[in-house]
Amino acid sequence: MLAKRIIPCLDVTNGRVVKGVNFVELKDAGDPVEIARRYNEAGADELTFLDITASSDNRDLILHIIEAVASEVFIPLTVGGGVRAVGDVQRLLNAGADKVSINTSAVTNPQLVKDASDRYGSQCIVVAIDAKRVGDHWEVFTHGGRNATGLNAVEWAKKMESLGAGELLLTSMDRDGTKSGFDLDLTRAISDAVDIPIIASGGVGNLQHLVDGVKEGHADAVLAASIFHFGEYGIGEVKKYMKQHGIEVRL
Amino acid sequence: MSVDIAVIDYGMGNLRSVSKAIEHVAPTASVVVTSDPAVVAEAGRVVFPGQGAAPDCMREIDARGLRQAIIDAARSKPFLGICMGMQVLFEHSEEGDTACLGLLPGTVQRFPHEAMHDDAGNKLKVPHMGWNNVHQAMPHPLWVGIEEGARFYFVHSYFVQPTTPEMIAGFSHYPFPFTCAVASGNIFAVQFHPEKSQNDGLTLLGNFVTWNPGERDTACDMSGAACA
Repeated sequence: MLAKRIIPCLDVTNGRVVKGVNFVELKDAGDPVEIARRYNEAGADELTFLDITASSDNRDLILHIIEAVASEVFIPLTVGGGVRAVGDVQRLLNAGADKVSINTSAVTNPQLVKDASDRYGSQCIVVAIDAKRVGDHWEVFTHGGRNATGLNAVEWAKKMESLGAGELLLTSMDRDGTKSGFDLDLTRAISDAVDIPIIASGGVGNLQHLVDGVKEGHADAVLAASIFHFGEYGIGEVKKYMKQHGIEVRL
Repeated sequence: MSVDIAVIDYGMGNLRSVSKAIEHVAPTASVVVTSDPAVVAEAGRVVFPGQGAAPDCMREIDARGLRQAIIDAARSKPFLGICMGMQVLFEHSEEGDTACLGLLPGTVQRFPHEAMHDDAGNKLKVPHMGWNNVHQAMPHPLWVGIEEGARFYFVHSYFVQPTTPEMIAGFSHYPFPFTCAVASGNIFAVQFHPEKSQNDGLTLLGNFVTWNPGERDTACDMSGAACA
């Protein structure tokens, strides 16, 4: 049976892994290649790198990191952050990424999702959706949750699927960094509205949150950063817990 | 320089992962990513990967004049098809109603929408993406050292249906059983991505780079129970 995926996320800036709390304060959690190797050995099902480097001078650092990781870690690697054009997708794939995640540019230029998936295949195009509850629905935000777009998140998810996204990385901006669990209603609303896999993200604080994301949020994969980086929980421990709660995992 | 292993590049997706994984298991071999039919012809063994859509794949193969080189390689030397590189070995794909290479008898079909739910009624997503159990339907030198039911990484929306069941080397469930590995002479082809399937994937690739199809019995003798 297909296993639910556990995906550690490494936020990278200037070549180092950090994790923002509500995307504002950043802590240095180490060397990306070393962390990737450790997660691979621990049984992570995939790895996601989000490049949050602000300066364009240092943007190519992520390419060197991906090249180094891809030479020794043989599980799927997703890279996102600052992807604005088909050429950015190509550079990341050539460096060894298996999937490229598009966030803000999917909003400003939805055609990029179509062009990139037409060119390289839907299987390598992930659209990241940052959503926040507004009244009785969820709205898409960009720029780390600062800019409202007016787009309904569920409708946006369907549109991204129709343009060729192979997967959606869904982050609740209300929950990100809070350790209070995924926004399960949001996750379920989007997962049930599309046929492509959903990665739930934003708010994981304990093991039960991951179980809930799958069972109640209908997520196909769960992504977390700080609970792994700071050693609160190991990948093996997470998978064992999920299996005990009736979730198929790769052990 | 003689080429030990050619990875065929026909412009369909990222081959970096495939070549890196093969270099990892065959550090002394010369591994070349190529779209040159002459290099494919010269290579000792051939890996035929591929991602994307079947119509594009067939078009790009022909645009590069690779069709005959692929057919010749698949008939004469150790040949590993991966993902789309497995599907287009068959006769026809439902994806874009595409005539394929016709090296293996059978067709390629999409996961049917009406079948995509589990026993509890939960919707199953397409593409089939992630780690699934691979059941070995026959002993084969490429399975040596890999446990029955080991998990491999998949990402695909179509699957092959061979008309000769004897060539089915492996199957998986989503939610029904589907063929995910075939073996025919010097051809071995898989729907999953060994280059992304961690240790078991590297084991399969390592088996491929030392596989001598003509000496299959010898390989089985050396590997012990796995081929018994």
